Amino acid sequence: MTEFIIGKFNYWIYILLIIIGLYGMMAKNNLMKKLIGMTIFQWAIILFYISIGAKRGGTIPIIMTTNPNDVVRAADYVNPLPHVLMLTAIVVGVATTGIALTLLIIIYQRYGTLEEDRIIRALRK
Amino acid sequence: VSTQHFPALIVVVPLLLSFVVFTVGLARRRLCLPIVIFALLACLAFAVNILRDVLTRGGTIRYFLGAWEPPWGIEYAVDHLNALILVAIAIVSLLVAIHSRSIIAKELPASKLGPFYTLLLLQVTGLFGMTITGDVFNLYVLLEIASFSAYAIIAMGEGGAPFAAFRYMIFGTIGACAYLLGIGYLYILTGSLNMADLRQLLVPLYESRVLLVGFAFIMVGVAIKMAFFPVHTWLPDSYTLAPSAVSALLAPLFTKVGVYVLLRFLFTVFDPAFSIQMFPVLKILGGIAVIGILFASIMALAQTDLKRMLCYLIVAEIGYIVVGIACANRLGLTGAILHTVNDMFMMGCLFTAAGSILAYRGSRNIENFRGLHRTMPVTLAVFVAGALSVVGVPPFCGFFSKWYLVLGTIHAKQWVYLGALLAGSLLNAILFFRVLEKSYFELRDERGHTEPHGQRRFIIDRIPRTELIPMVLFALMLLFLGLFSNSIIRDIVAYAIPKTL
Repeated sequence: MTEFIIGKFNYWIYILLIIIGLYGMMAKNNLMKKLIGMTIFQWAIILFYISIGAKRGGTIPIIMTTNPNDVVRAADYVNPLPHVLMLTAIVVGVATTGIALTLLIIIYQRYGTLEEDRIIRALRK
Repeated sequence: VSTQHFPALIVVVPLLLSFVVFTVGLARRRLCLPIVIFALLACLAFAVNILRDVLTRGGTIRYFLGAWEPPWGIEYAVDHLNALILVAIAIVSLLVAIHSRSIIAKELPASKLGPFYTLLLLQVTGLFGMTITGDVFNLYVLLEIASFSAYAIIAMGEGGAPFAAFRYMIFGTIGACAYLLGIGYLYILTGSLNMADLRQLLVPLYESRVLLVGFAFIMVGVAIKMAFFPVHTWLPDSYTLAPSAVSALLAPLFTKVGVYVLLRFLFTVFDPAFSIQMFPVLKILGGIAVIGILFASIMALAQTDLKRMLCYLIVAEIGYIVVGIACANRLGLTGAILHTVNDMFMMGCLFTAAGSILAYRGSRNIENFRGLHRTMPVTLAVFVAGALSVVGVPPFCGFFSKWYLVLGTIHAKQWVYLGALLAGSLLNAILFFRVLEKSYFELRDERGHTEPHGQRRFIIDRIPRTELIPMVLFALMLLFLGLFSNSIIRDIVAYAIPKTL
């Protein structure tokens, strides 16, 4: 049981971060805090992908031998593909944050606040 | 350029030209729209060519980006289903772009024209890419390109638009992340991201619990992106408050491309046997869709705001399509695919006409439509064509796709689905009757004047031709799709349905 919890700690952290992120997006009233929740949520998924590529005892995926006759064992190297995918996902995440911050600036200029309930009240008028 | 590169060009050309539009827009705003129209015309040519290729070859066209073969490289795969959707996207976006010319000038300051057209092209890039790609991770990236341009372009609107865009963004990001997580689970199991490859690798794993979790995550993500009830809540606000030209672009296309992605996952990435028998996903989706149809139709009735009413209509239409898919037989799926395409044109028709009416009348409230038939007879006629098609009156295209949906439910003996389809159509009829009563049968005009008898003469709407012609073309497309629905089904849709059904 402890092995199950400690041995896969990176996955537990990713689940915890996802829950924190969802909580921030759903429960917080301040839009900036919602945005922080969203970022935590996205970063948790990046952590998940990084975890699935990593291997215990694996090294960077560059073939170490120069002799073409040597056998290259895939198990010796970490899987680079999930990490490369996450480079794209990080770019996506940065773009999300950029757009969200831009929107927040416009919202703040229009209503003078980032509290959701106050903005909704202002919109109802 | 040889025709074999068209599958790549249909994404690359609008992507590159969107940057050109942005740069040119800084100095010469007048050149923006011509470049956009050039890009979209090129895309239409590519799409038609790809469709013709698929039809003559009778099979899937596979294009390897950078000549990297799958599963290592990204593959673009076009079969009958997405070739049809590509052509529909190309036509709708071209007509909407032309229609936007005078509308957007009224709605946005001149300095925003360049960014508007840049985002329009990026949006189209994302949609084309989502439709054509054969790689699940590539689909995520293009989905985010389409979503980001949607958030930004919605936020250009007045009043609550940025707030609505922010809420949409929170929802959309949860959807996209759920999708990303889902494909991560598939990747753990198979080590592949290519759709055709995944289909083969996944078959022995259908009993795996990891696969089920991944599948569920993907379904949730796609459901959010296609505004499926009950995760549709981002749609009414954001599409209502966006500028009319923007909602005319997003409303027909984005949700329907989401439906396409759903079809791809249910029937291409996963074997139909899995989606139908091993995991009761279609039953769950169908049950929710029934509630969604009734809920959205009733909500639409309750609206006094024309655009918000049409937004709830989109949610109901998505419900119809999902009911068709949930029938899990040839007839229902024919109806669903046909309705996806038809709905693009119906919503294009309704939203462009609504955009022109709103730009002319300046108010979204249905009460202000009095006597509209006297000042805008053509626009109103286009709106009526769209409305009749949504209700399902022959010879408009909506009738034929709904006919197949109804046949599908009867064939599957799903009487609840049938009841929801018929009740929804009835509610839509009441809905449009209310609008048309205001605009045709109210004698007083918007200022409360009654027109003296005998002074009526025929006038054509005083709106620019660039608005009028695309709208009329939309209405004609509805007729065209209706009259030729038989050959569309026989030559294209019939091949898009999985053979095992």
